[in-house]
Amino acid sequence: MTAFVPSNIFAILPEILLLTLALLVLILDPFWKEASRHLNLGWLTAGGLLLTLAVSLVLARPSAPALVFGGMLRYDWLGFAFKMFFLFSAAITSLFMMDVERLGRRAEAYMLLLAATLGMSLMASAADLVMLYLAIETTSIPLYILAGFLTGDEKSTESGFKYLLFGALTSTVMLYGFSLIYGFSGKTGLYELAASFPTFSLLALGVLFMVLIGLAFKVSLFPFHFWAPDVYEGAPTPVAGFLSTASKAAGFAVILRLFMVVFPSISTDWSLILAILATLTMTVGNLIALAQKNIKRMLAYSSIAHAGYAMIGVVAFSQLGAASAVFYLIAYILTNLAAFGIVAAVGRVTGSDDLKAYYGLSRRAPTLALMMMVAFLSLAGMPPFGGFVAKVFVFAAAVEQGWVWLAVVGVLNSIIGLYYYMIVLKYVYLYRMENEDEEKHPIPISRPYAIALTILSIGIILVGVLFGPWFGLASSSAANLF
Amino acid sequence: MDFLGSHLLTLILFFPVLAALVILFLPQEDVKVIRWTALIASLVPFGLSVWLWMRFDPSASGFQFSEQYPWYEAIHSTFHVGVDGLSLTMVLLTTLLTPLAILASFSIQDKVKAYMMLFLFLETGMLGVFLALDLLIFFVFWEIGLVPMYFLINQWGSEKGERVLWGGIKMQARNYASLKFMIYTMAGSLGLLLAIQMLGVLFQTYDLPLLYQKWNALEGSVFGLSVSTVKTVAFWAFVVAFAIKVPVWPFHTWLPDAHTEAPTAGSMILAGVLLKLGAYGFLRLVLPLYPLEAQRFAGALAFLAVMAIVFGAFAAYGQTDFKRLVAYSSVNHMGFVLLGIAAAAKVGMNNPDLALNLSKNIALNGAVLQMFNHGLSAAGMFFLVGVIYERTHTRNLNDFGGLFPLVPVYGGILLFTSMASLGLPGLNGFVSEFLVVRGAWPILTVYTAIAMLGLLFTGAYILKGVKQVLHGPLNEHWAHGEHCLTEINTREIVVMAPLMALILVIGIWPAWILDVINKAVIMLF
Amino acid sequence: MQFPILSVIVFTPMVAALLILLINSERKTEIRVTALAAATLALLLSLWVYFTYDKVAAGYQLIEKYNWMPMLGISLYFGVDGISAPLVLLTGVVMFTGVLISWGIEDRPREFFAFLFILASGVFGVFVSLDLFMLFFFYEIAVFPMYLLIAIWGWIKTREYAAMKLTLYLFIGSVVSLVGALAMYWQSGLRTFDMLALEQAAFSPAFQNLWFPFVFFGFAVLGGIFPFHNWSPDGHVAAPTAVSMFHAGVLMKLGAFAALRVGIMLLPEGAKTWGGLIMALALVNIVYGAFIAMVQTDFKYIIGFSSVSHMGLVMMGFSTMTKLGLTGAGMQMFSHGVMTALFFAAVGMVYDRAHTRDIPKLGGMAKPLPLVAVAFIIGGLVSMGMPGFSGFVAEFPIFMGIWQVKPLVAIIAAISIVVTAAYIMLAVRRVFFGSMPAEFEGHIGTITVYDKVALVLLCVIMIGLGLFPSVMVPWVQTGVQHILSLLGGA
Repeated sequence: MTAFVPSNIFAILPEILLLTLALLVLILDPFWKEASRHLNLGWLTAGGLLLTLAVSLVLARPSAPALVFGGMLRYDWLGFAFKMFFLFSAAITSLFMMDVERLGRRAEAYMLLLAATLGMSLMASAADLVMLYLAIETTSIPLYILAGFLTGDEKSTESGFKYLLFGALTSTVMLYGFSLIYGFSGKTGLYELAASFPTFSLLALGVLFMVLIGLAFKVSLFPFHFWAPDVYEGAPTPVAGFLSTASKAAGFAVILRLFMVVFPSISTDWSLILAILATLTMTVGNLIALAQKNIKRMLAYSSIAHAGYAMIGVVAFSQLGAASAVFYLIAYILTNLAAFGIVAAVGRVTGSDDLKAYYGLSRRAPTLALMMMVAFLSLAGMPPFGGFVAKVFVFAAAVEQGWVWLAVVGVLNSIIGLYYYMIVLKYVYLYRMENEDEEKHPIPISRPYAIALTILSIGIILVGVLFGPWFGLASSSAANLF
Repeated sequence: MDFLGSHLLTLILFFPVLAALVILFLPQEDVKVIRWTALIASLVPFGLSVWLWMRFDPSASGFQFSEQYPWYEAIHSTFHVGVDGLSLTMVLLTTLLTPLAILASFSIQDKVKAYMMLFLFLETGMLGVFLALDLLIFFVFWEIGLVPMYFLINQWGSEKGERVLWGGIKMQARNYASLKFMIYTMAGSLGLLLAIQMLGVLFQTYDLPLLYQKWNALEGSVFGLSVSTVKTVAFWAFVVAFAIKVPVWPFHTWLPDAHTEAPTAGSMILAGVLLKLGAYGFLRLVLPLYPLEAQRFAGALAFLAVMAIVFGAFAAYGQTDFKRLVAYSSVNHMGFVLLGIAAAAKVGMNNPDLALNLSKNIALNGAVLQMFNHGLSAAGMFFLVGVIYERTHTRNLNDFGGLFPLVPVYGGILLFTSMASLGLPGLNGFVSEFLVVRGAWPILTVYTAIAMLGLLFTGAYILKGVKQVLHGPLNEHWAHGEHCLTEINTREIVVMAPLMALILVIGIWPAWILDVINKAVIMLF
Repeated sequence: MQFPILSVIVFTPMVAALLILLINSERKTEIRVTALAAATLALLLSLWVYFTYDKVAAGYQLIEKYNWMPMLGISLYFGVDGISAPLVLLTGVVMFTGVLISWGIEDRPREFFAFLFILASGVFGVFVSLDLFMLFFFYEIAVFPMYLLIAIWGWIKTREYAAMKLTLYLFIGSVVSLVGALAMYWQSGLRTFDMLALEQAAFSPAFQNLWFPFVFFGFAVLGGIFPFHNWSPDGHVAAPTAVSMFHAGVLMKLGAFAALRVGIMLLPEGAKTWGGLIMALALVNIVYGAFIAMVQTDFKYIIGFSSVSHMGLVMMGFSTMTKLGLTGAGMQMFSHGVMTALFFAAVGMVYDRAHTRDIPKLGGMAKPLPLVAVAFIIGGLVSMGMPGFSGFVAEFPIFMGIWQVKPLVAIIAAISIVVTAAYIMLAVRRVFFGSMPAEFEGHIGTITVYDKVALVLLCVIMIGLGLFPSVMVPWVQTGVQHILSLLGGA
């Protein structure tokens, strides 16, 4: 177990490639001219990430789950699948970042993005509390900076600062939880800890609570959600997209692993707690989203709600439940990235994230409007888009385990969701600009956006229609937990 | 010829529809062609039904020329048609009156194409009722006939006149009349529809000959009710539907409106044939299906019949509108038909008393013949009213007076037809009314006596009408100038000629038709 | 291997929608021609499906099955039975006529036709799906485009409200059924969404009684059952003509069909328990709908409420659970679909020319629009159940079915027939006859040849079916036979 096996390199191949790419970005940056810098940086990052993705898919697919590097990491499908999601989201995000003022031209931004991705990758496969904490911080710190990257922009600064404060606070609580775990059991390896909590104890529950606070912050679970709207609103839009998808997914990866591996003995208790939290998260997120006038804030609240839906899968505490949660995240990552991408594309031209800016969009940019419809309908859970299948699966998992009421809550929430997503679509398709002269205000889409959004749209439909293989991936990840 | 022989009824029934479809593809503007196509087309069923009459064997029992095809197998309904003496008479009446009515409508100028098509559809609807031997098919045609009539009244009815409804809403009179006609009849058929459905559910068939047997043999309880209760309810459902159509007092109120507002030819068919549908329903369905109930409620039917006779006559007398007068006369005359039916019902089936049985047959003969006769005379009267209305644009009896010298030929014809309606011996009305009264007397003496008093008023209102139009001081308005009244023209005489001829023939020698009717009536029940 | 006709028919509109989206939005003629070509193809295919269905062999036919997700037992499983084959045909007809009638749409026809076709794809999908999951999948696809179609091209005054109301109602309904369907999926223990397998799952009566209302009423919302009918008249009124046609003509059938297929067929015991309630609600639909239609002054609302009333008859037919009642319900679904499509087409044509649907302001439309008047009248006759038209052929067995179960209900329901006659005749007279208001004089243009083709086609179907019920009834009967066997050979 402690011996270094060369083939273990494959377990961290994505991380190694990520690091290499980050260095490459830093090294090459000074050589590029100002004018073309953002293009080169963006393409390099995105291309590199996709290459990493491809190489990992070919070389680094795990076979039987195994603990590697002294039990620090676990080399299994769960971790691997999530790594692939992160690589993909980072690639898309870097495409989105290219054309953003004051962000796309700075190599640091890409570097931070890559660093955060690296952290997330480690989060997904961490099998030791220490490693886990390090990974979480590796993820968080670059993201704090990215959120506040637009120095001089008050909102962005506020966003970064807020994120930092709350992040630090909650992660402290979590760290305290970790230390308690260690204190009581004397172990830090996740896979050894389960034996230390064989039965129900208030202690286990208390510790679990503390850990949950940190993770709840990551996935913006109620009542640790309130940072999200402010941070998303202020952060550069692509960063907000990244925060709401990859970062959230990373949180879920940890929750899945930690809860199912360490605390199976008190699963009935944490299931109930999570069910209640999921209910509140969905409901609060959706209800507040109803009242939003700013599309980024609306998406922030909607992404809070979506964390609730995904949590239903975790609550089910079954293989299908875990698989459905992973599948939900797949659909959600694609969809929400697309949504934020569109917001970024529109915001770049109109300079506003107000919902009013979307009046007449379908006439100003028909294709963009169509993609927006795809994304929003997927968020709302309409077929043939990914969101529909994902929702059905989490509800199915809930019903299977007898959580009918939770499924009903989810169903009711998806109706509220549908309502505000449709309102946006109404602005896009139905309302017109003030002077009804949309032809004079076209919204040009730059190539990176076009590519990224096309990939995402196709992805959303693909997940929604040919859901078999994706669910297979989710299912084999989930199988590693049990 | 074989084909013709074996599909005779279907041909008679659907030829008008075919003709209507042909007319559909004629050019709208070519009014003349349309008119003549319609007329000639309507003569074909007439020719066929005359041929049918010839080939019909009055002595054979049961239905003849039967044809049966699967129609709606899911609910066990077949397209089953056939004739006996009863329906044959009615078919002849229908096919005779339709060409005459079409000829009478040559004066229609507006939307001729639609008009003629509707008329031909109407003919099929009416014929279908008479020919159907399947209860569902009967109902199908019963209802279908409504639609063309509705539009004939609604679209080509008299343009003047308004009715004030509740709440002061004003409505054009013809709209009011047509809607009333439609709603009355549909509401009436509602019970019929439900009763038919019930029969279908009970017996899994709609075939009339089968139903006659099965329904009468039914015993025990149905739907948790005793058979007699169910039958009584169903009986009244049937009766109300047909009574509205006849119409019997107090269900008659739609009739004066509909008649008055309908175009001339529409009134002719309405009075001539449509009213017969109700009476035919009594004979074809109510009596054979509900002999016991009919017997039980014969008194009530007779009462209604007498009320129709008496009130019809009084009401007719009180009218100042010529057409309304004729309309109420229909109520009066159809009362006799119902009286005959009530008398027959009272005697019931298989009554051992031979004398009563004879009277019953006489009464039924009279009733059927009265249906035919009223068809002729009422059609004639309405047409004549139409003739004068077209010229004067008024139907107010007080606006006429002393017109005989101006229009002697018209006057003669009107007088002749009125007398037939009045029941002058030697003309057809007398024969049938006499038969009814003779047949009903021993069975329903009191009612018949009152009915005969009503007959007195029949004379009174007809004479009043004739007097106000033809006699008395001449209304100078019509004698000169632009309002000068013109004589009846050749086309109109052609319309009247067959009617008058038949009126006379039946009056003098009724045997040819009574033979056919009598046999049917005896077999009927 | 046989030709995968059902997949082709389901995906034809979808592919057509994508093709249309690829055409430049300025080239409106090309867009329309493509749409018409696709609709014609769909119509021909649906005719083919209808006539290749072997009604002697009965059962599910033209079956195609592709494993979609074996892990959860989801498959792309298509097949038609005697109930769905006519509905496929109906969809083909309405799609074809809907495209013809929408020829004149000038505002973004590209998106219009694309959305309409996506909707059509969903509808076809629901009718032919034998997999519960796929049924939901297509169901939602069919529901959503409605929102955009109404909201964008609808009647400006109420479209936002109506579209939102409609979508939310239907979505709520469908997700409620979804929960029920998931419960069935787990309870059966078969791990499959295959409805043919689930039919045989033999759920316990207690389970059936608990979940039947979820499934049935969830879908019945789209079928317009009282008291969940509220969305429907508003939706009808706000929708543009072709969408109203689709909406009332096909979508409401979708709800009824799904309620039958998933509710009654999979949970027959539950259906028996709840049958009385369904019947009572359907009775309210029938009578109340008719009376409300009577007092409307908006032309389109009249038709909207008449749909509520007529869909009540479908539900009523279901609730009898007798051979006749179900046969009638199957026929009524088709008949009402064609009829109401015709109604909305006619109303649309009048509205397009007069720019008002307020009945007191209309009049004399028969003169400039004779064919529309005739078509509307024929539709009206169908609607009031006049014999000789398809409505009679459909309603009569329903009533007979009720007679077998609850005679009193038949008598009460029959009231609606007279009321229907009254409101239809009043509407006909006020709109098409009488004197034309002065402001319309000379402003009412004629209808196009596309409109004429659509109207005539619909009329011919209704009359043909009324005269020759055997062109459809045997189909429906084979389907009904199967339902009855599930209900325990009643």
